[in-house]
Order: sequence, then structure tokens, then C-alpha cells
Amino acid sequence: MEILYENLLAFQWQDLVMILLGCLLIFLAIKKEMEPSLLLPMGLGTILVNIPGSTALTGPIAELYNAGIANELFPLLLFIGIGAMIDFGPLLTNPKLMLFGAAAQFGIFFTLSMASIFFPEAKDAASIAIIGAADGPTSIAVANTLGSNYVGAITVAAYSYMALVPVIQPPVIKALTTKKERMIRMPYEQKSVSKTTRIMFPIIITVVASAIVPDATALIGFLMFGNLIRECGVLDSLSDTAQNVLANLITIFLGISVAFNMVADKFLQLDTLLIMGLGLIAFVVDTAGGVLFAKLINVFSKKKINPMIGAAGISAFPMSGRIVHKMGLAEDPQNHLLMHSIGVNVSGQIASVIAGGIILSMFGG
Amino acid sequence: MTNITLGEAGIIALLGYAVVFFGLILLMAVTVLLGKFFVATTKKTAAKEDAPAPAPAAAPVTAPGTAGDIKLYNVEPKTAAMLMAIVADKLQKPLNELRFISIKEVEE
Repeated sequence: MEILYENLLAFQWQDLVMILLGCLLIFLAIKKEMEPSLLLPMGLGTILVNIPGSTALTGPIAELYNAGIANELFPLLLFIGIGAMIDFGPLLTNPKLMLFGAAAQFGIFFTLSMASIFFPEAKDAASIAIIGAADGPTSIAVANTLGSNYVGAITVAAYSYMALVPVIQPPVIKALTTKKERMIRMPYEQKSVSKTTRIMFPIIITVVASAIVPDATALIGFLMFGNLIRECGVLDSLSDTAQNVLANLITIFLGISVAFNMVADKFLQLDTLLIMGLGLIAFVVDTAGGVLFAKLINVFSKKKINPMIGAAGISAFPMSGRIVHKMGLAEDPQNHLLMHSIGVNVSGQIASVIAGGIILSMFGG
Repeated sequence: MTNITLGEAGIIALLGYAVVFFGLILLMAVTVLLGKFFVATTKKTAAKEDAPAPAPAAAPVTAPGTAGDIKLYNVEPKTAAMLMAIVADKLQKPLNELRFISIKEVEE
């Protein structure tokens, strides 16, 4: 008889809180459509690993974690899919947009300083800072490689804030710009980009970026591999698979295996709240960094730039680019900033990977 | 490095941010050069192709049956020309292979 209720009695309040958290993630995924492809499997995974005596934790989820996250494989495979989704055309048309991608990584480095106050261990401070990359796979890869104690909380923060970009960015942008600045029009000069340039771009970026930051080689290499599949023109079927089947499959596995770190004793700590707070700071400072950099450029430039496009440099592709475009339209229905903001957005993707590599090279040894 | 102080973190942050900028500026320069190189190559290729005098074009052969009058009822010639061009485009056939008998405005 005892066997029937023995496990029920093993439940502790912490387990129940984590199960409720799992339900909250599922709710946010379904009802609020916040990164549903990742938060839903994470939510169910959280429930699975917090049931006392769960065989999921020691069995399949642990296996998936070791096979795909502990060795960085899943984030890298996901990068192939992301690379295949990205059109670098707007960036190739105006390569100067790359500067905004760099500027909007300020949140990572600002948060590194802030995190060092609360988390003196370098690997933890650096892993928390990388939430500012606004790029889930990079955050997971960096936090895992550095062996942070907070991979679960960092992943939740990174993906939650990515989903909340439409809520976080507009108030920051509005606070830092005037209506007049938001109404600055930026005519888009349509230039044709040759197929050879599109093919050479991912190869050259891989070589140059890896030469500067060798620790980013895998991240940038897989991202650009996906893009090369897209642009080469002879692998349409593979490109389609990478964008859809591969990306979806890896997202499923990634989501559920990240839950390996969502067990009560690791997650229910004051540190988790601190990490969530620092993650938010990272996103806000990233946005501010991009906007303020654009304003700085405007001081010296005759041809004015709409400072809102700087905010799109936080990666979070393609949401951030779209938000800036919508904000531009809200101020002036004839102001189409999409091509500029998407150009900045994809440069942010490259910049965040490079920043991840820099963090790895500085703290990985 | 196991522990890090605020001062150390600040210096590392500044250095890291500078390296990100350096990397992106380098990539920007490479991308600009890449674009210029391929634009120049394309122009050279185009110039080479243009160099030999083009052979005189053969006299166009008119498809049989294209001649003939078209009757317009309450339709401006300009509108009729536009309609014929649209039809030819939709059918993916040269205009001179199509024969229009009449165009009439339907009044409701």
C-alpha cells in the first residue's frame, strides 16, 4: 500500500514551485506566444525533472543534455538553421551598418562589470553578461563552455527577454530620442548584390572573424555555413531543411534538455532573481548603446541617421529590426526603415557571436 | 582566473568592447572591398562583352495573321494598347503572335 503514496510524500514545496514555474513557461508560450518553440519544451522539461524520483532527469534528459548541450552541439546546429534564415543583402548593400551591431553589444560588457559585484566567480559573471548577446544559442554555448553554475537561469533569462524585446525596447528608444529624431527618413538605395559577393561573404566573414577571435570559430563557422547553403543556389533543398526541419528539431531537443538545469536546488535561489535582473539590464543597455551610438554618428555626419536603427543591433533577429521599422511607421507612415534596421539586426547577429568568442577567450582559459 | 573584482571586470569590459568594434570595423572594410572588387570585375566583364560590334540584327519576322484592323468600341487607343500588352504578358506570348478582333467597353 505504501508504494502508492510513498513518492507523493517525497514532494517538497520547492518541487511544487518548480512545477508551477514549468506551467508558467507553458502558459507564456501558448497564451502570450513568447518564444513558444523554446519555452514550451522547457516548461514541460521543468515539470519532468522536478518530480521526485523522476527517471526523466537521470535518463533521457540527462542523455540529451550530455549529447547536445554539455558539448555545445545543439546551439551550433541551431546556428546552421539561423544562418540559412538570414539574408545579408541589406548589410552587403550598406556595410557601414556593421558599426551599429558592434555598438549594441555594450550591454554585455556593462553587465559584466555589474555582475562581478554580485557574482565574483569570473565564469559566472561572464556567463551572465552574455545574456546581453540577445542570442539564445550563444548564451547557452558560452555559459556551458565556461562551466557556469547558472546555465538554467541564464537560458531562461536569455530566451524570456528575447521574447520580451517588443516590450523592453520601445520605452528605452523613446526615452533616448526626440520625436524629430524618430521621424528622420532614411531613403534606401537599392543596389544589386552579385551572387558571387553573397557566396564569398560567409566564407570571408568566417576566415576574418575566426582569425580575430579563434574562440568564436565554431559559432561563426556554423552560422556562416548555414548562410552559404542558402546563398550558393545549388542546395535549395538543404537550405529549406536547415531553415525548417533542422531548426525545429534542434529547438525541441534544446528546449527540453535545457530543463536539466531547472531542478529546484539549482534554480530556486536568490541568485536566479539577480540573474534575471542583470539580464534585463543587459538588454536595456544594449538598446541604449545602439541608439546613443547612432546619435553620436549624427553629430559628425551631414547625412542624418534615424537613431532608432541603432537599437536593432542587439541581435534578437528579426524581431528587433521589425520593432524599429514599426516605430518608424508609427511616427511617420511614409518612413520605411525596415531595410536599414534589418541590416543592423543581422550585423548584431555577427557582433554578438564575436562578443561571445571574446568572452570565451578572456575567461575560458 | 577564478574570481574577478569590479575594477578588473571594468577593464576587461572596455578591452572586450574595443575588440568587438575592431573586429566589426575590419569586417566592414573587408565587405566594402569585396563589394568594390566584384563591382569592378562585373564592369570589366560587361565591357569585354560590349567590345565586339554587335552583329546586325536580323529583320524581325512578323507572325502571320498579325496584320489587320482592330475595332474599338468606346475605348481609347491608349487603353486598348495597354490591355493588349497585359494580355500578351499574361499569355507569355509576343504581341505580334496574337490577334485582337475588337475591344468593347461593357457598360453596366
